[in-house]
Amino acid sequence: MDDALRDRLKQEHEGRELPEERAADIAREQTSGIAQLAPAGELVKRPRLSPINRRRWRNFKANRRGYWSLWIFGFLFIVTLFAEFVANDRPLLVEYKGEFYYPVFVDYPEEVFGGFLPVTDYRDPVNIEEINANGWMIWPPIRYSYDTKNLEPPTPAPSAPFWTLSQEERCAGYAQGVDDPGCTIGNMNWLGTDDQVRDVLARVIYGFRISVLFGLALTIGSAFIGVAAGAVQGYFGGWVDLIFQRFIEIWSSIPVLYLLLIIAAVLPPGFWVLLGIMMLFSWVAFVGVVRAEFLRARNFEYVNAARALGVGNFTIMFRHLLPNAMVATLTFLPFILSGSITTLTALDFLGLGLPPGSPSLGELLAQGKNNLQAPWLGFSGFLVLALMLSLLVFIGEAVRDAFDPRKSFG
Amino acid sequence: MSELNPEPRLVSTSPLLSVENLSVAFSQGGKTTLAVDEVSFSIAKGETLALVGESGSGKSVSALSILKLLPYPAASHPSGAVYFDGENLIDDDERDLRKVRGNRISMIFQEPMSSLNPLHTVEKQVGEVLKLHRGFGDKAARERTLELLSKVGIRNAEERLGAYPHQLSGGQRQRVMIAMALANDPDLLIADEPTTALDVTVQAQILELLKALQAERGMAMLFITHDLGIVRRIADRVCVMYRGKIVEEGATRTIFDTPRHGYTKHLLAAEPKGHPPAANVNAPVVMEAEDVKVWFPIRTGLLRRVTGHVKAVDGIDLTIRAGQTVGVVGESGSGKTTLGLALSRMISSTGEIRFDGERIDDRSFGSMRPLRRQMQIVFQDPYGSLSPRMSVADIVAEGLSIHERGLSAEERDRRVVDVLREVGLDAAARFRFPHEFSGGQRQRIAIARAMILKPRFVMLDEPTSALDMSVQAQVVDLLRDLQKRHDLAYLFISHDLKVVRALANEVIVMRNGKVVERGPAVEIFDRPRTDYTKALMAAAFDIKAAPTGVVSE
Repeated sequence: MDDALRDRLKQEHEGRELPEERAADIAREQTSGIAQLAPAGELVKRPRLSPINRRRWRNFKANRRGYWSLWIFGFLFIVTLFAEFVANDRPLLVEYKGEFYYPVFVDYPEEVFGGFLPVTDYRDPVNIEEINANGWMIWPPIRYSYDTKNLEPPTPAPSAPFWTLSQEERCAGYAQGVDDPGCTIGNMNWLGTDDQVRDVLARVIYGFRISVLFGLALTIGSAFIGVAAGAVQGYFGGWVDLIFQRFIEIWSSIPVLYLLLIIAAVLPPGFWVLLGIMMLFSWVAFVGVVRAEFLRARNFEYVNAARALGVGNFTIMFRHLLPNAMVATLTFLPFILSGSITTLTALDFLGLGLPPGSPSLGELLAQGKNNLQAPWLGFSGFLVLALMLSLLVFIGEAVRDAFDPRKSFG
Repeated sequence: MSELNPEPRLVSTSPLLSVENLSVAFSQGGKTTLAVDEVSFSIAKGETLALVGESGSGKSVSALSILKLLPYPAASHPSGAVYFDGENLIDDDERDLRKVRGNRISMIFQEPMSSLNPLHTVEKQVGEVLKLHRGFGDKAARERTLELLSKVGIRNAEERLGAYPHQLSGGQRQRVMIAMALANDPDLLIADEPTTALDVTVQAQILELLKALQAERGMAMLFITHDLGIVRRIADRVCVMYRGKIVEEGATRTIFDTPRHGYTKHLLAAEPKGHPPAANVNAPVVMEAEDVKVWFPIRTGLLRRVTGHVKAVDGIDLTIRAGQTVGVVGESGSGKTTLGLALSRMISSTGEIRFDGERIDDRSFGSMRPLRRQMQIVFQDPYGSLSPRMSVADIVAEGLSIHERGLSAEERDRRVVDVLREVGLDAAARFRFPHEFSGGQRQRIAIARAMILKPRFVMLDEPTSALDMSVQAQVVDLLRDLQKRHDLAYLFISHDLKVVRALANEVIVMRNGKVVERGPAVEIFDRPRTDYTKALMAAAFDIKAAPTGVVSE
């Protein structure tokens, strides 16, 4: 024990010294209720975050890795949400003959710029020349969308990232070589192209977005269904629980992959169909935890107290029991999210997922497997997936820490 | 005297244990709080020292630091030494401490259910201590275990060897704990509120047992409690602790006869006092019940046929009038709480129940809802009955949002403020959360939640048994005050006869679901007729155990 602490304790102790004759009064005050309120100071306003949640946020921040992962993931997610402004084959803004055009939002027919196609191809050198002659345009940093083919690839597809090539090689595909106005940084393929000469970076950006959105939609949707089902089972117990449990046992024994194959043969697999089928089965993961939590908590004294007040069943479930179950559910959520993303990637890899042409990380991995001579395909897919899943797991760990009851009540 | 220690120990004057200037500090999140502040006391061989104080006074922490059982390094000892037979335990390392723990100094804890491993038999748990410290073989351990069990008053000890903790009653479990503590003939027994979780009748038996064992073995005992009644009965000397300090120390008799410190005086005065309202046979009947029965079916066999019933409540008649209190007393398991729950229609029952002249026993849970505002319940455990995730204002206002939907937010808030003031709480604290309040304050919040709806009937299910003695007295005063002001009818359920005497004007004594004795409170308390009631009285007021067989173990 160092001297500083000893001094401090000594002081504290002197401050608490009580005159003996007042001890009884103080003792009475201590036990009578009013004076015993833990921290001093008036608190007449409702705090924005409850103390428990404040402590949880502190615990979350204390896990530095998870906290930074949240920021990085949040940044990446927001950037990719606006993927159209980052990687697109249309300019963000065009000024042509004194008028402004917004190609990202509106499909302008080519006759606006003097052509004849129904939709303008802004990457066409003729159009670029025309617009630049009569105005200007602002391009996004990457001039490719996920399905844009690079018509001037430096090498036959798949072509390598531009920074592995010399200046001449990069511009080899353009008519005027190094001097061609099209040979700018925006037209370079940072991560190369795939075997259909589409820009890998653009596909990765769109693929990240669709993976995360799919994962989020699947997770949130199945959390809603699963929590509701678990809540009803746990709260009412008895026959409801028994029948529901048997149903879930049968339901979860259906092989999902075969079902997907069959349905894929009937319905064209798309984002929503896939989401729907996966959701049919993924909600089961939540039921166990929530049901257990409700079974445990439904006989808590404060739940009985609410019943004695005449509070309705669904209000009790929502107000008194759900917060208990939410802790378990929220702890689960990031891991389910990364699981959903992995599932989607696996299906895409097998060719059972999103329709061909969609920007998907699984498809990129499959291409990497088929084109071992182009390692940038496999590496890009792997690195993006690894980064995304690791960030999610780190966030999940921090969330788990934050909701750890031993930490928040200790 | 056991065979293992043939020479009798002498009560010597040099202390067996002496604690000198012991401080305990806890540091958490950069803040350091001093829980125990330079405490000194000593225990001679064969002596019983009681550490008395309320929750949070540092008495358990002091006792735990003797064996260094605190969560180190969060806990630390800024100063002090603990000499046990000349050896300073504070400086000892874990290995030396283990030789002392459970061997020369052993402990009994408050909660017998959680201190025994539910997966091990009695034989294994008691035997483990013997094998660990004495190197006993299986056979020797078994013999010694048997001897110990019969010594601590477990009948049919041989049959009980293979029993698991859940097959034993609370009292029996505590006896097993004592057997474990005594297994190695300790020189010092530390008993940390060993009877708080037990019925009064069982408490009396356990105290008797401890006293007898101590006299027989000449063992010293450090007894920690908040109950002065127990102290008076068991201790030779008393240390009164208040806010981490020993404020008064002396022989038991001196402390009780001439307390010097204000806090001791306050503690001594803090018994539930006062008298219940006078019985008034003309007051309107609020709750009336005839032949109430709650039978739980026992199903056995493959087809789950009903083969018998657990008769939790077996034919009870009851009348509760406005402004009056009916007290229901009995040991745990006698069906008191079940009766209360049946009357407030929280569980199903047979027999007629009338509220305000209206039959309610055939109403469904849903059709009971409008009546809920007039009949309220205050539960036993103020820690469990308040939702930890809701602020006090939300908890108290919850009933209003159901029964008085028309109220505006300001009106509702005003009602909450009013009722919190009425139960003696600072209304400015209403947006705080339950964990920031002490036990007594929480119970006030629970009472406020019941009172805000202005009920006519309140069922109080042991509302004071989880509270410290002095807080109990305040809650009793509050309840009586509220009753007078609002003309409430109380059904007061308790095993604590002191509290019942202060509140009830009519008493029902229950055992195994049946009424053993009933009548006006004065009559029951002054002239109990049955042995069972007499045993309850003796246990509660004099802490005396009844002859075997009258009450449960």
